[in-house]
Amino acid sequence: MNTYLIYGFKTALNGLKANKSRSSLTILGIVIGIAAIILIMAIGQGAQDLILNQIRGLGSETIFVGPGREPQGPSEFTEILSDSLKNKEVEALKDPAMVPGVKRLSPIVLQVMTVAFENETKRINVVGASDLLMEIMEIYPEKGIFFGEEEIKQYSSVVVLGYEVKKELFGDSDALGEKIKIKDRNFKVIGALPQKGRVGMFDVDNMVVVPYTTLQKYVLGTNFYNTILVQAEGEAAVTRVAGDIERTLRELHNIDDPSKDDFHVMTQVSMAERVGIVTDALTALLLSVAAISLIVGGIGIMNIMLVSVTERTREIGLRKAVGATENDILIQFLLEAVLLTAIGGIIGIAVGAGFSFLTSLILTQVVGFGWGFSFPFSAAAAGLIVSSLVGLIFGLYPARKAAAKKDPIEALRYE
Amino acid sequence: MPLIEVKNLEKTYLTDDVKTEVLRGLTFSVAQGEFVAIMGPSGSGKSTLLHILGFLDQASAGDYFFEGKRMNDYSETELARIRNTKMGFVFQSFNLLPRTTVLENVRLPLPYSEIKESLWEELAGKAIKEIGLSHRSDYRTSQLSGGEQQRVAIARALVMGPEVIFADEPTGNLDSKSGQQVMAILSQLNQKRRHTIILITHDTEIADYAQRIIRLRDGRIESDKTK
Repeated sequence: MNTYLIYGFKTALNGLKANKSRSSLTILGIVIGIAAIILIMAIGQGAQDLILNQIRGLGSETIFVGPGREPQGPSEFTEILSDSLKNKEVEALKDPAMVPGVKRLSPIVLQVMTVAFENETKRINVVGASDLLMEIMEIYPEKGIFFGEEEIKQYSSVVVLGYEVKKELFGDSDALGEKIKIKDRNFKVIGALPQKGRVGMFDVDNMVVVPYTTLQKYVLGTNFYNTILVQAEGEAAVTRVAGDIERTLRELHNIDDPSKDDFHVMTQVSMAERVGIVTDALTALLLSVAAISLIVGGIGIMNIMLVSVTERTREIGLRKAVGATENDILIQFLLEAVLLTAIGGIIGIAVGAGFSFLTSLILTQVVGFGWGFSFPFSAAAAGLIVSSLVGLIFGLYPARKAAAKKDPIEALRYE
Repeated sequence: MPLIEVKNLEKTYLTDDVKTEVLRGLTFSVAQGEFVAIMGPSGSGKSTLLHILGFLDQASAGDYFFEGKRMNDYSETELARIRNTKMGFVFQSFNLLPRTTVLENVRLPLPYSEIKESLWEELAGKAIKEIGLSHRSDYRTSQLSGGEQQRVAIARALVMGPEVIFADEPTGNLDSKSGQQVMAILSQLNQKRRHTIILITHDTEIADYAQRIIRLRDGRIESDKTK
């Protein structure tokens, strides 16, 4: 049996070689299908990794508290404009009796505004935060200093610049001590951040940070926060702290029904889960489209195998006359179909991997994403298995047809 | 116990409700080592008989015993196994695989046997030597003459060392010189290797190689003579 399998493979290979152009055209369908699957899975994985990396950049101990119910659809995005998070809430979360296990906490005020130095202007994110933000995010000024508790209390007009902002407004010169205008107010540059890219919700290179008190009082004239960043004491405490925050805020706002929350709490884990669900759903959708091309390819295989079986009726008769059983014939034609699709699968994996690599190259070099290429081994294995299965499924009917010719003489007489 | 024994063998074809009786009750037996020629005009049923004897076709009625066991009592797998190990078939139209070499054609039955792959080459080489084509074993069969192609077919029939070789007008497509070569090989196999040979022909010169001649007419045995 084993010997026959090896011989069967050689025979099948010879059978395919005998019709090179026909065989290669037939497997093209499989090649395209498998390549599409590999590409989709690699891109899906890459996108997920990219987003997850940004989420992870925030640190696994970080908890976001946002105003308004978490938006469930586009119509609810205005929810996050709610003013439900104010100083009262910040003080409550700071209270160890209400929420134990909080290490650091910073309210965040966020607004896109025009920032100007001399004739250079730029519209960027202005982040109002407390002095603890840099420790929560673990980003420290490259030059100069960050503001401290004193500046928060004094409503000081000081600013720390992101890498790109500093470069665009000041070029290579040292910006420290210079004054920039945010809206109409002058802020003194006291620090510049190193190049960091994106960290979670912040595009660090393209933002400036000022004390939240100053931003609220002198620039925006508001008294609510866009986010409260909470750092828990250790990763293990995150879930519990998040729960305590929810409970505390509900108590504070007299909310009994969680679906009526006027705030939302997110952790790295919950965000990662959400990203996973979205990218998985997208990937599944695209995969089902690719699967259709595999089915079309499979039908092509079946068609060509049926032609082959008819063409080789005499060969089948002869093989039976010299002692081949129905099973031997079945296996021979099945092997041929599987070999055909497996070769298509292997080429498809190579093509798909090549295109994935190209995609990652373009996204990294041209678009500037931190897009990593990793050969999708699991997708490759899946591709090989799926393509072989396609051969098995679509080869079965022709192979059975070949084996079923009962009396060898009928097949031998076939013209 | 005779190698082959048939009793009241009948074969009827049914096409579009028209019954054609090809064999109408044959009874005879062939012993191991015999060289039998079956003769008769076309339509006398001799090819059909040979196909049934070679397990390539089935009788409609009557019994066929091979090595003492009724054909109907053999399973599908056993039939394939006997075709593989105990029977060799030589066809009028050679029936070689296209686009393949002499060696590949000759070893065709081996993968279906229990013989180890390491021995295939050697066994096929031996059979090719027997028919005198060792120098051509890597040639494609399409490059050979008709007589040489038929000798390749004989080597293929021979490679498993069968009890019996069935030859269906083996010289029918050959010129007389090639025909004589083929017949010389067959009678040598019968005399030296004691292979049973059952051959169909309507050429009396070819039939002369055999020790026994069975003549068929209209699906019945007309005469059965042993020299």
